[in-house]
Amino acid sequence: MRARGVVKDFDNGGNVSRVLHGVDLEIESGRLTLLIGPSGCGKTTLLSILTGILSPSAGEVDVKDVCITRLRGARKARFRREHLGFIFQQYNLLPALTAAENAAIPLVADGMPLRAAAERGRATLARIGMAEHADKLPNQLSGGQMQRIAIARALVHGPSVIVCDEPTAALDEQTGRTVMEILREIASNPENAVLVVTHDNRVYHFADRIVTMNDGRITGEMTPPSAPVRAPKLTPDHPPEGPHA
Amino acid sequence: MNLVALKMLLGDRAKYLGLVFGIGFATLLMSQQVSIFIGLMTRTASQIMDVREADVWVMHPRVKYVDELEAMPSVDLSRVRGVDGVEWAVPLYKGNAVIRSTEGLLQQVILMGLDDGSLVGRPPKILMGSLADLKRPNALMIDRAGHQFIWPGEPLQVGRIVEINDRRVEIVAIAKASPPFVTFPVVYTRYSEALRFTPPQRNKLSFVLVKAADGIDPRRLAQQIEARTGLQALTWQEFAWRSVRHYVERTGIPVNFGITVTLGFIVGAAVAAQTFYIFVLENLRQFGALKAIGVTDLQILRMVILQAFVVGVLGYALGIGLCSVFFWLTRDVPALDGFILRWQVIAGTGVAVAVIMVVSSLASIRKVFVLDPAVVFRG
Repeated sequence: MRARGVVKDFDNGGNVSRVLHGVDLEIESGRLTLLIGPSGCGKTTLLSILTGILSPSAGEVDVKDVCITRLRGARKARFRREHLGFIFQQYNLLPALTAAENAAIPLVADGMPLRAAAERGRATLARIGMAEHADKLPNQLSGGQMQRIAIARALVHGPSVIVCDEPTAALDEQTGRTVMEILREIASNPENAVLVVTHDNRVYHFADRIVTMNDGRITGEMTPPSAPVRAPKLTPDHPPEGPHA
Repeated sequence: MNLVALKMLLGDRAKYLGLVFGIGFATLLMSQQVSIFIGLMTRTASQIMDVREADVWVMHPRVKYVDELEAMPSVDLSRVRGVDGVEWAVPLYKGNAVIRSTEGLLQQVILMGLDDGSLVGRPPKILMGSLADLKRPNALMIDRAGHQFIWPGEPLQVGRIVEINDRRVEIVAIAKASPPFVTFPVVYTRYSEALRFTPPQRNKLSFVLVKAADGIDPRRLAQQIEARTGLQALTWQEFAWRSVRHYVERTGIPVNFGITVTLGFIVGAAVAAQTFYIFVLENLRQFGALKAIGVTDLQILRMVILQAFVVGVLGYALGIGLCSVFFWLTRDVPALDGFILRWQVIAGTGVAVAVIMVVSSLASIRKVFVLDPAVVFRG
């Protein structure tokens, strides 16, 4: 996944504000990359553009050698569901579907019957130790379990890029660690690239690479710590410490 | 994604039932009220439609509808019979009378005097007794609703004696007649008896019923009768519609029913549209997640339309079912005799429900289409 000179302007009733100022970024396969930075620095906007959900005002994004900024409508949606996996902070599971059915959504969207897709979802849940919860509804599960279903949903169709938005923010430390261990294992596959946007400094040591961002620009890279950071959570007023690359 | 859409719909049981019952209520209100209205309007012409043997009704030129009568001299019957193309022509008396039961009850009735020979104009079905007995002197036939009205709760019975204008007559038969607009009992006797039972008047011939000869167009025959006799002649269909139109134009009935049906439509549309809108709104984040994952707008449109279709069909079926049950339960209530749920009402209500659901889904889907899927990245 590669972003070149990405600019994003938002027009608020004639008042144009620039959120991204020519961002260049490459996310490599076989690595777990963290994107960190204070709130409002443009991480979510960059994530939305990298995944084709938002279109940039200028610049281009390539995923698997396809320029997704040039794709439109249904073709862009199809590209997303074939090549990208999403993990959201709030899980965004469908409350009426079982865990296996939720995990199967990208396959169903691609035309597979729900029953057959749910079997694939069940197998993916088994891979991440959630087999026993496959038939439960989201409201019967804990936050950590729901996030693992969301991970299964992101993996079920075998995407090459997994994108995670604050995957541990709503979880306790132990559950967050479990989730990150799963993501770490996914990233160990040389075919997979994992990009995690996070504020949570407890998970930095899982990363292969940490990219820092501020005020709509990539400001540098950090070397991941070798052990869990025990410091308070990152806030906008307390930027991350550590040796910048 | 169809199954996913249905599971989303059924997963929110309260809203799902709210939608189905909202549509069901609107369907019930519209179909029931329209049926009652059509039933009432049909009653205005029921006595014309009961006489299927006659093609043309001939009457005084000043008659506007079936309940406003101006009698003709009896010689007009012969004048009509003399028109070319008339197969046969018979007299029909229609007027009001008062009967007194042996219990002393006075009751105003509609008195029909049928041609002595042919009994043309008789009701379509005899429930008890014999039509032949009507040819006996001082014989009367009464419709079932009238019997139930005069002797409520008592079983149908022939042989009862009543007085009509101080003449003792016997009820020799009970018939099933289409109910008239006014709820008076309808009694039948022969034309000659009707003339005897009613006070003396110069003219007593209410209508002449005419059968067109083979190959003669009734409309053309009616025109010929008018030209030859100066009387008013209408085919039975024309006369029936004229009577219906009179009540539609001269009474507040259509306006009142129209208001009720419109309110049913508006309330149903408002309840369904609002509930469906809220349902979609509460699932907006899920729809956003689906869009982010790669579900296309077209797929989401199909999902929303399917959800609307399902609640629309179920609500419609519920409403039509309840309406059917209403008319089935009231089938023996004399006041509601003749009120039925017609296929045209079923079809028309279906169209109205379809409009409600299309409006509801369009109002909701717009919200999903303009939804920025990036919303799912915001905690």
